[in-house]
Amino acid sequence: MKYLDEYRDEQLARRYLNAIHKLATKQWTIMEVCGGQTHSIIKYGIDEMLPKKVTLVHGPGCPVCVTAVELIDKAIEIANQPNVIFCSFGDMLRVPGTQTDLLTARAQGADVRMVYSPLDCLKIAQANPQREVVFFSVGFETTAPGNAMAAYQASRLGIGNFSLLVSHVLVPPALKALLSSPQNRIQGLLAAGHVCTVMGYWEYEEIARVHRIPIVVTGFEPLDILQGIVMCIRQLEEQRPIVTNQYTRSVTKEGNQQAQGLMKEVFQVVSRKWRGLGEIPASGLGLSTQYESFDAEFKFGRAQYHDEKNCECIVGEILQGLKKPNQCPLFGNPCTPELPTGAAMVSAEGVCSAYYRYRYLSEAKS
Amino acid sequence: MNEVNLNCPLPFNQHSTVLLSHGGGGKHMRELVENIIVKAFDNPTLRSLHDGAVIKEKNARFAFTTDSYVISPLVFRGGDIGSLSVHGTINDLAMCGAKPLYLSCAFILEEGFPFTLFQKIIQSMQQAAMACDVTIVTGDTKVVERGKADGLYINTAGIGILEHSFDISPKSIQIGDAVILSGDIGRHGIAIMAEREGLSFDCPIESDSAPLWKPVRELFQERLSIHCLRDLTRGGLASALVELASSSGLSIHTEEKAIPVKEEVAGACEILGFDPIYVANEGRFVAFVSKSEADRTVDILRKFPMCENACLIGYVGERGGKVFMKSKIGGERIVDMLSGEQLPRIC
Repeated sequence: MKYLDEYRDEQLARRYLNAIHKLATKQWTIMEVCGGQTHSIIKYGIDEMLPKKVTLVHGPGCPVCVTAVELIDKAIEIANQPNVIFCSFGDMLRVPGTQTDLLTARAQGADVRMVYSPLDCLKIAQANPQREVVFFSVGFETTAPGNAMAAYQASRLGIGNFSLLVSHVLVPPALKALLSSPQNRIQGLLAAGHVCTVMGYWEYEEIARVHRIPIVVTGFEPLDILQGIVMCIRQLEEQRPIVTNQYTRSVTKEGNQQAQGLMKEVFQVVSRKWRGLGEIPASGLGLSTQYESFDAEFKFGRAQYHDEKNCECIVGEILQGLKKPNQCPLFGNPCTPELPTGAAMVSAEGVCSAYYRYRYLSEAKS
Repeated sequence: MNEVNLNCPLPFNQHSTVLLSHGGGGKHMRELVENIIVKAFDNPTLRSLHDGAVIKEKNARFAFTTDSYVISPLVFRGGDIGSLSVHGTINDLAMCGAKPLYLSCAFILEEGFPFTLFQKIIQSMQQAAMACDVTIVTGDTKVVERGKADGLYINTAGIGILEHSFDISPKSIQIGDAVILSGDIGRHGIAIMAEREGLSFDCPIESDSAPLWKPVRELFQERLSIHCLRDLTRGGLASALVELASSSGLSIHTEEKAIPVKEEVAGACEILGFDPIYVANEGRFVAFVSKSEADRTVDILRKFPMCENACLIGYVGERGGKVFMKSKIGGERIVDMLSGEQLPRIC
């Protein structure tokens, strides 16, 4: 298929792999930021084709996985109210809260609907004026503009029975937190191509400078990722800690200004708790005061945050590249995609889930 | 900057109610069947967990199977619930290596269901049965209150006869066997999804719903040594291969490049975030045959319109009950059974 097969070509992949073999003279540890990239890497077996000198660390870029458990509990609490139609993207539905998930709530009678676009919720709200329609507004900077558009349109059209339960997270603050950790061993970053399509990559220049780390904005197809690794290793070998752009067919330095403008109007930067990482200041988006009346937490009460119970899950160490998922004592038993214990096992794009689905289990705990 | 807090919360760990994924053809369904149903009715025939039961009576062997059809929408591109309910049960018999003979049909109708549509569906069942030389010999009807049956549900059961001496089952799969896929995958699932969600394509995708007995019969008539057959239904190609690898205790090695997927289906899967190997089919199967007979099997199957894209997709190995797939760029991964429903991703 056009625009896909070209990026999955075996011979070109070999050429990039040969280039990586030639370029890498030292041990290098590179983190791919986005869950979509992690998924591609594990699905296509890219990490196993790389020379032993190059280690990939799988980053925190799965918005489903990092959504705080308290917000999922709040979503289920709202969905269970008789007058509510609760709408969500598909993969949030089976993410477990402390007691249950949205699919189970639906099985027990809640009106939970899967939507493909947040704007579909406005149509549902207009068709059901007596009921409250709530949309679970989740994601990184990638989904934020589309979700902002739903609030903007609702305001413009005066749709008062629509609100958003917002759990947006921002990539740069999470990267800064990980790179500032005393245990950090990440030397290069593959930034998330779609986040940068919206935001551009100007924000990353400060990170590259302060943490002296090369950052390559990278796409999601196997050849994108291999090319991103080539660029990153070249910069590491040449000691050039700057931001470069592999994903030029989609990303510019400034990003999508219109989308950013809409996000600025509808959202404001807030502190946010990340599942598996804890609270990171100024790392999320919440509705701005002007859009407060479309905030589901304003209508239905704020989510109550509590201390997370410690368990043996090592997701924090995995996200810092200190350990691989199959070194976790819980991996595969009892933690599986059906009954996840840890954040990175809950969504298809979580690193533990990708390992579980695509890797031979006998290699676990090795 | 706060220090990274390295822990995670413990979520709940069991389901107290049935979820839609318990009917999705993946791990949840397998748990429901094995832990509740097989446990209660336990017997050697049921335990084989094949598409149908093979029963020996005097010197003859019969296959017996049943299936319920709850599809929405009732009419879709390439078929309707009527033709589907005949093809599905015929295919289950064919996968036991049995010639389909007789079907039963049971209808659960909802109050207010239009007779014109009911007649159209009945006619479609009749035509499908006639085309396969199968007779519908008994049935039942029930009507329930409005809102209690999504319009119409159909159950069919079927009886067929085995006219050969092969034991068509996962136990018969041998190391070195060739794995033949009867056609391109994912059309039924994407056609239904497109109707349900109002997705439109330049070239609309038609369901692959088709009866598979005739191509299977031809394989037997040509005296090929068939070891196992399995039709690909809800969980797609992946779930069928994983189940067979697990029940045979052998490994299956396949290549992503070898698996035919129509361009429209591949495109829809990319947009929705689906992997085509997990998407539903209603007219496709895999056959395990001796390696030396792989080419002949493919040639014979390709004579039938529903199998015109038949091809070799891999071999059986000895690496213990798993499915391995070589990715398009040459890396290797395992293929696991679908966990829950395949849900569209956020981004």
